[in-house]
Amino acid sequence: MELLNQLFVNPFVDMVAAPDFLLQVLWEGLVSGVLYALIALGFVLIFRSSRIFNFAQGIMVVFAALTLVGLYAMGIPAWISVVLTLGVMFMLAVTIERVVLRPLVGQPDIILFMATIGITLFLIGFGELIFGGENKQMITSELGIPTGAFELNPFGGFLLLEQKDITAVIGAVSLVIGLLLFLNKTRMGRAVRALGDDHQAALSVGISLRTIWVLVWFIAGVIALVTGVVWGARAGVSFALEVIAYKALPVLMLGGLESITGAIIGGLAIGILEKLFEIYWGQPIMGGNTETWFAFVLALIVLLFRPQGLFGEKIIERV
Amino acid sequence: MLFRTAGQFKTSYLKDQTLFPVRQDAILLGIILAFAWVIFPLTASEFTFQTLLIPVLVYSLAALGLNILTGYAGQLSLGTGAFMGVGAYACYKMITIFPEMNLLVAVLVSGLFSAFIGVLFGLPSLRIKGFYLAIATLAAQFFLVWLFEKWAWLYNYNASGAIQVPHVEMLGTPVAGPQAASMTQYYFVLVVVTLMTILAINLTRGTQGRIWKATRDMDIAAELIGINLLKSKLTAFAVSSYIVGVSGALFVFLWRGAAEPNLFDIPISFRILFIAIIGGLGSIMGNYMGAILIVALPVVLKTLPETFGIPISSATVEHLNVMVVGALIVFFLIIEPHGLARLWTLIREKFIIWPFPH
Repeated sequence: MELLNQLFVNPFVDMVAAPDFLLQVLWEGLVSGVLYALIALGFVLIFRSSRIFNFAQGIMVVFAALTLVGLYAMGIPAWISVVLTLGVMFMLAVTIERVVLRPLVGQPDIILFMATIGITLFLIGFGELIFGGENKQMITSELGIPTGAFELNPFGGFLLLEQKDITAVIGAVSLVIGLLLFLNKTRMGRAVRALGDDHQAALSVGISLRTIWVLVWFIAGVIALVTGVVWGARAGVSFALEVIAYKALPVLMLGGLESITGAIIGGLAIGILEKLFEIYWGQPIMGGNTETWFAFVLALIVLLFRPQGLFGEKIIERV
Repeated sequence: MLFRTAGQFKTSYLKDQTLFPVRQDAILLGIILAFAWVIFPLTASEFTFQTLLIPVLVYSLAALGLNILTGYAGQLSLGTGAFMGVGAYACYKMITIFPEMNLLVAVLVSGLFSAFIGVLFGLPSLRIKGFYLAIATLAAQFFLVWLFEKWAWLYNYNASGAIQVPHVEMLGTPVAGPQAASMTQYYFVLVVVTLMTILAINLTRGTQGRIWKATRDMDIAAELIGINLLKSKLTAFAVSSYIVGVSGALFVFLWRGAAEPNLFDIPISFRILFIAIIGGLGSIMGNYMGAILIVALPVVLKTLPETFGIPISSATVEHLNVMVVGALIVFFLIIEPHGLARLWTLIREKFIIWPFPH
């Protein structure tokens, strides 16, 4: 009875009792949800265009952020460092396509997946070798991101909105809009989508597989840089950031591996729900730190009812 | 010449299906076993036991478990580390609750706990396939490691939150704990690994193995020819988790001596997946080859600059190591996506016809 009370009554009583705190929790969840959605978006783009489950997406986030901070530390102005980092990400995309993907074309999915894990390890070693393994400060204010905070007083309570979080949300939203415009309105973007629909048909109308792969990996790199800047501003830049890459995986399951809408909605849902669960159920009853697994278990439960995720393509199997 | 099969006649189907249809294979295995059972233990130093021999055996056993699930039954799993953890914690609890228990029995029984948990997390595999399933097994990975951390009963309410292997004796000689000699531990592990390998070889050669392979190749087709997918997939999860659990118990009791929850975190799952894939999915022998590569590589990388007298700091070596392992994984996948075991098969074919070109 006591347990039932704790499970089904107390959390909601707490929520109603302190609505301002609830809002704060929701806001925190929303911000991390936006970031999960961003990483998941990088996954989805690569998966759609090449059927590669790119495990390296998370580490690309760290790598981009480290490069940016490292370049700035060398005395290069902040915005030029951003441009140079974009150049590095482009080089990375070209190298990966040339060295790893091209020889492995047509191999089973699991082999390509393992190759991306190999890339992950390589980037971890490479990044630590060059930039060192210690935690670094993201160059937030140097990039012109405001660092103050707004204080609101809803319901006579207290709500703190950090300006960098607001910037993060705005930045992410504009990135997603830009990406959707690119995919739907430009020639190259349509080519990416065509490749996602049917490889052979796309090749036969003259779409270059290689160019598109480089392009897609580069876009994933840009997304990684944005995510890295935003997340780095919150938590500092180090390889511990890798953990958030794992968070993007349940987002993908929830939303479906092929769906951009799924990645966004899944990311937001997981960000908010895991925060709520952690604050109102995890910490009082289970000793906290439930964020490590909650998203996976939630996605697992959803998948039991919809094996292709909420927005994924229906899996049709033929013998 | 060395592998000439001429003159080895098979007069019945039974003979054709024996474990070693070619005599040279049996001889080769005999040589390897002689090395493993006699020559290595006689010549190895304490360092070799602890950094090479025991880890290779433990990791190859874990990879063998994963290979049954992924290589034979086709269910990709990323939660191996957590299942090793289940085996280790189960063994720890049993040994601390019943101190008189025989360690060999404890190790073999602890696999059962892992098998049970494995079946539980294997249930979604009936609905979820491919990458979705791989991510679903990550749920097991993260949830179980969290549980190892939060459920204080599991580590006997130690202040450190880690499990410490107690002193265990078998037949008057210490086999686990700080006083155990490396050679005893090596032989203990070797016995278990040999047992498990024989079990695995015969399982995968027999009816069950064929059922698994059919499930792997196309599960709908398998279902249509009358294979019960529920049974096939869940037995794969059970057998695989059992072996992985046993290897986890060995990992902590006979090698590490102590374990924190985060030891079973995702890096070890990936390491075992590498071993299985680099060795070759769907091959028993590949696990050993992969384990030798993955375990020996860091040791070689560490000693190589020292022998050439190049001064490199240990942190740099660590980073280089990660980098080289990553690059090697990609390299091996490119030259032979089917792993080292396939490479050996190709070499063996060459040996059979050598010195003739065809």
